[in-house]
Amino acid sequence: MESLASEKPISPWRLALRRFGRRRPAVISSLVLAVIVVGAVFADWIAPFGAVEQNLDDILQSPDGTYLLGTDTLGRDNLSRILHGGRVSLLVGVMVALIAGGVGTTVGLLAGYYGGLIDAILMRLTDTLLALPGLMVVIIAARLLGDGVWDVVLVLSGIAWMTLARIVRGKVLTLKEQEFVEAARALGVPARQIMRRHLLPNLVGEITVTASLTVAAAILAESTLSFLGLGVSPTHTATWGNMLGGNEGFVITAPWLVWAPGLAIVITALCVNFIGDGLRDSLDPTQENL
Amino acid sequence: MAGPPFPQHAAAYGDPGEGRNPGSVPTSLLAVEGLAKHFSTRRATLKAVDGVSFTLEEGRSLGLVGESGCGKSTTARLILRLLKPTAGSVRFRGRELTALSQAEMRRVRSQLGIVFQDPYASLNPRMTLRNIVAEGLRVWHPEADLDRRVAELLELVGLPARFGRRYPHELSGGQRQRVAIARALAPGPSLLICDEPVSALDVSVQAQILNLLADLQYELRLTILFISHDLAVVRHVCERVAVMHLGRIVEIGTRAQVYDNPRHPYTAALLSAVPVPDPARRHDGRRVQLAGEIPSPLDPPSGCTFRTRCRHAAERCAVEDPELALRGVDHPVACHFAADLPLVPQP
Repeated sequence: MESLASEKPISPWRLALRRFGRRRPAVISSLVLAVIVVGAVFADWIAPFGAVEQNLDDILQSPDGTYLLGTDTLGRDNLSRILHGGRVSLLVGVMVALIAGGVGTTVGLLAGYYGGLIDAILMRLTDTLLALPGLMVVIIAARLLGDGVWDVVLVLSGIAWMTLARIVRGKVLTLKEQEFVEAARALGVPARQIMRRHLLPNLVGEITVTASLTVAAAILAESTLSFLGLGVSPTHTATWGNMLGGNEGFVITAPWLVWAPGLAIVITALCVNFIGDGLRDSLDPTQENL
Repeated sequence: MAGPPFPQHAAAYGDPGEGRNPGSVPTSLLAVEGLAKHFSTRRATLKAVDGVSFTLEEGRSLGLVGESGCGKSTTARLILRLLKPTAGSVRFRGRELTALSQAEMRRVRSQLGIVFQDPYASLNPRMTLRNIVAEGLRVWHPEADLDRRVAELLELVGLPARFGRRYPHELSGGQRQRVAIARALAPGPSLLICDEPVSALDVSVQAQILNLLADLQYELRLTILFISHDLAVVRHVCERVAVMHLGRIVEIGTRAQVYDNPRHPYTAALLSAVPVPDPARRHDGRRVQLAGEIPSPLDPPSGCTFRTRCRHAAERCAVEDPELALRGVDHPVACHFAADLPLVPQP
């Protein structure tokens, strides 16, 4: 009976963490993203200038010792605006991922577990929303709502949850036929507990990965909206998107104004996607290798 | 089995005797009547289980044997209402289960345990053994001291209590199956359904699990419905045996009746295929070869569904469907010629 080594039990989570540590792109991306997040969160202390501070003597300065990333037409420090603008971009990305993740998971779980009429209604709703052209819906919705950060979050969440709902539903359909779920049903475990204790923990991989991809997609979408003048208004706060949109005329004369926010968007999205890939590989419990 | 006494188990839990009629003729713990499950596709209907009837008395054990695909596991799931039956009745302690609502059925579940075939698929990989075993306790005995009870249950199935902190992936197949048994016993069931509990295990481990089940049946006065494709295994565990073919029971009787005097040609064929460990008692070429594959349940043969594989098949078999009945022999058989066929008992 006692064939096992007396090693301490390793939880599946711990194994996943170990596997994640082996994936170089994911680890590097995590570090880069951490730097970006710290820069954005502590922008007030880190940024060399205030968010709206103008130095009208130094308009459209190219990058130098004082202004590391140059200044814009109003004499604002580009680096400081990137740091402050990162807050909005990251906040939108994370919030959209959380809200869309929550909605998508709930819809997928209910549809997959109960099936029948509930499934039909929820999935037809999902299909319908998926069939709408996303950008158009967002543009119309953005017009109807305001131009604040939370309006943008709401609009983007509204069209971001369907993919996850479909993925979760599909996985639930296979999970609920598995014997450990049947065993729980046979024990008389109530449906809500089966979903919480048996289904959700086995969906963590799918949810995390899809949500992390949503973070990147939302950051890009927010940038697109702001670029089109429909996102967070520059009168509220700087975002990478509205910096890009507001400065598009300077691609030739002051390229740093376009490159800096553009690179910030690309690097952040890339990091998030790499991390998502790493999570997908490491959270897959069928991967037994350490 | 050096398990500690388990005072709070089985009959000691609450009052499972609801609907019992003490004093008079003892009702069967489980009475299945005409149970059927038909899966309909657009083109055809698959009769996975097609009119299964049997009874199981309290404290006894019944083996359900047959080839894979004959509907054994479906029968188990129908009894537990994990699948909804197309027709038929399942009476547990005299209470009709098929008529219960989902909520009412859930309340009966503390009385019904199941152990599945694949101990790798039947344990949630993300839960510790403690939480796996505690699941039924949380639902049915929330007042219990979970840690103590889990430790008792683990020891009851022959695992050290400290295994509670481990995860399923750290265990061998046999150990996992012990956990699955502990989980099934946690609510204190009176009926334990074992669906091929050892067929995924090494032969050496099979014996340990079978002995464990036999011990548990005795200690906890369990009633066991044991499903297997392995006649040798069923012979070891069960007092009565039912042989299934294509969704039906073709022969049912006591262990001695079925093994020593098989009256259905299918049973005889299955028995002749059981390996005999003693070379001096080999089958002497009396192995009954079955012709062809098991017929498709989507398109079963007319009359007797076994006739296409039966070397005794006659004209009557294609026309007339043989009911499971006493046909001049000592136990029910679904064969027109049950009394006449020259079926040799195996050594």
